[in-house]
Formats: sequence, structure tokens, C-alpha cells
Amino acid sequence: MISVEHYLTVAALLFVIGIFGIFLNRKNVIVILMSIELMLLAVNINFVAFSTHLNDLAGQVFTLFILTVAAAEAAIGLAILVCFFRVRGTIAVEDINVMKG
Amino acid sequence: MTITLFAFYLFSITAVMSALFVVVARNPVHSVLWLILTFFSAASMFVLMGAEFVAMLLAIVYVGAVAVLFLFVVMMLDVDFVELKSGMQKYFLIGSSIGLVLLMELGLVISHWKVAPEAGSLLQSPTPPIDTTHNTLALGQILYSDYIYLFQIAGLILLTAMIGAIVLTLRHRTDVKRQSVVDQMQRDPADAMEVITVKPGQGL
Repeated sequence: MISVEHYLTVAALLFVIGIFGIFLNRKNVIVILMSIELMLLAVNINFVAFSTHLNDLAGQVFTLFILTVAAAEAAIGLAILVCFFRVRGTIAVEDINVMKG
Repeated sequence: MTITLFAFYLFSITAVMSALFVVVARNPVHSVLWLILTFFSAASMFVLMGAEFVAMLLAIVYVGAVAVLFLFVVMMLDVDFVELKSGMQKYFLIGSSIGLVLLMELGLVISHWKVAPEAGSLLQSPTPPIDTTHNTLALGQILYSDYIYLFQIAGLILLTAMIGAIVLTLRHRTDVKRQSVVDQMQRDPADAMEVITVKPGQGL
């Protein structure tokens, strides 16, 4: 049968692919945002796997809240991106150094 | 090999492969489409785990809203994506090495963890038996009672995100004439019009 380790392995792979995507697409903010979504999805898989494994519904409630925050984050992030594109005409993150941070 | 095991391997391999294509695809539109496939496979895995409500939520919220938002922005922005891909080879080595190290660490964790013996007594909200209460009903029963404050805060977060996105992207263009209802209603006939009596034969 499918054990909880199966799901944890898939979640770990998805998380690592998300991090790999952030490193690989250093210039493209849209793909970086998508990689963050992948990492949040991996966390969600972990939560639901443990929730069903331990018979505790709290994990699924937390998945719901992660989903909420992920949707809010995507909306705000893309809005900032559209704003930035209007001002600068590019979305290359390497050029975002106006504040010298 | 049972049918559930076959389904699990099918969905998990699809999820991992399409996630990999999300990050390596040349065209961001393809990335978004692969992302949608990843979300669908993850939703199918949630169904396999017995969390139908979260699975449907993933399909509706992620695929229906977030992925479409991504697709919309990718297609709306006129960006030279080929130029953005130029530094990919430079970061491939460091990215894959960090990913490999992290994967090995996570592998060590996954292969060596065990459930604490007192975990059974520490359950926050135990799942009711499936034959009397299905997943959606059970989630609703605790979401609107035990987690009501968190639920309200989640709504507040969404409201903040909505207002923030509108404020950030709204722009008043000065080169376009618009209707201003307030100006129209405050217009006074006394100083907007002037009645001139024109004498016959003279003109103005």
C-alpha cells in the first residue's frame, strides 16, 4: 500500500525542484513566482499526508490557509510585477537595484 | 500492484516531471501550462489520500484563479523572454548542486523519522469516522467552530490582497477623457450658461 513516505518523497522532490527553479531563472520573476507556488504545493502535500496519516484534520485546515496566503501572494506579486513593468519596461530582477539594498 | 498504487505512481511521476518542465521551459506560457498539470496531479494525489475538499479547492483556486492570473500576466506583458533565459547555464551548476544537497538532507529526514508514541493523544481535531462524516462535512464542522478566528483572518488577508492589487495596478490616464459624475452634478446653471438677447439685424 501507499505509505506516508511515498507522499513525503514526492513533496521533497517538488520542493527541491522549486528551489532549483529559483536558482535557474534568476532573471525571470514570473518563473520565480511559479517556483514559489511549487514549493507551497510541496508543503501542502506534506500537511495533507501527515493529516491523513495521523487522523488529524488540523493539517487540512492549515492547507486551506496556505492556499489562501499563496493566492494572496500571487495576486500581490503579479500586481507589483505589472507596476514595475510599466515603469521600467522590463521584468529582469537583476535590474531591481534602485534602493541599493 | 494494486490500482491505487498504480494511480499514485502515475500522478506522482506526472507531478514531478511537469514541475521540472515548469522551471526549464523556454516559454513562460508553457511553464504556466505545465504548472496547471502539476496542480491537477497534486489534486489527484489529495483525492488518493482521502482529502477531497482540499483537492477540489486546489483545482478551483490554483488552476482556476492563480494559474489563469499567471497566464494573463505572462501574455499581457510584452517581454523578450529569450533574453531573460540567457544566464541559465551559468546558474545551472550551482542550482543543481544546492538542490542535490537539499534533496539528500530531506532524504535523510524522510528515511529516519518516526511518529512519537504520545502522538495519538495530542491530536488537535481528530478525524471523525468516514462512514458517518465525509471529508467536506468534517472540515466544515471544525473550520466554522474551532478555527473561526483563523478563517476570518484568512478572509481579511484576501481582502487586503484584493485592495492591494487594485491600488497597485489602477492608473488614471491623463490622455483619455473620462466622465466625472461629481463634476457633472456640481455644475451650476448660473455660471455655466449665459443668456444673451440678440437684437434683430445686429448680430453679436
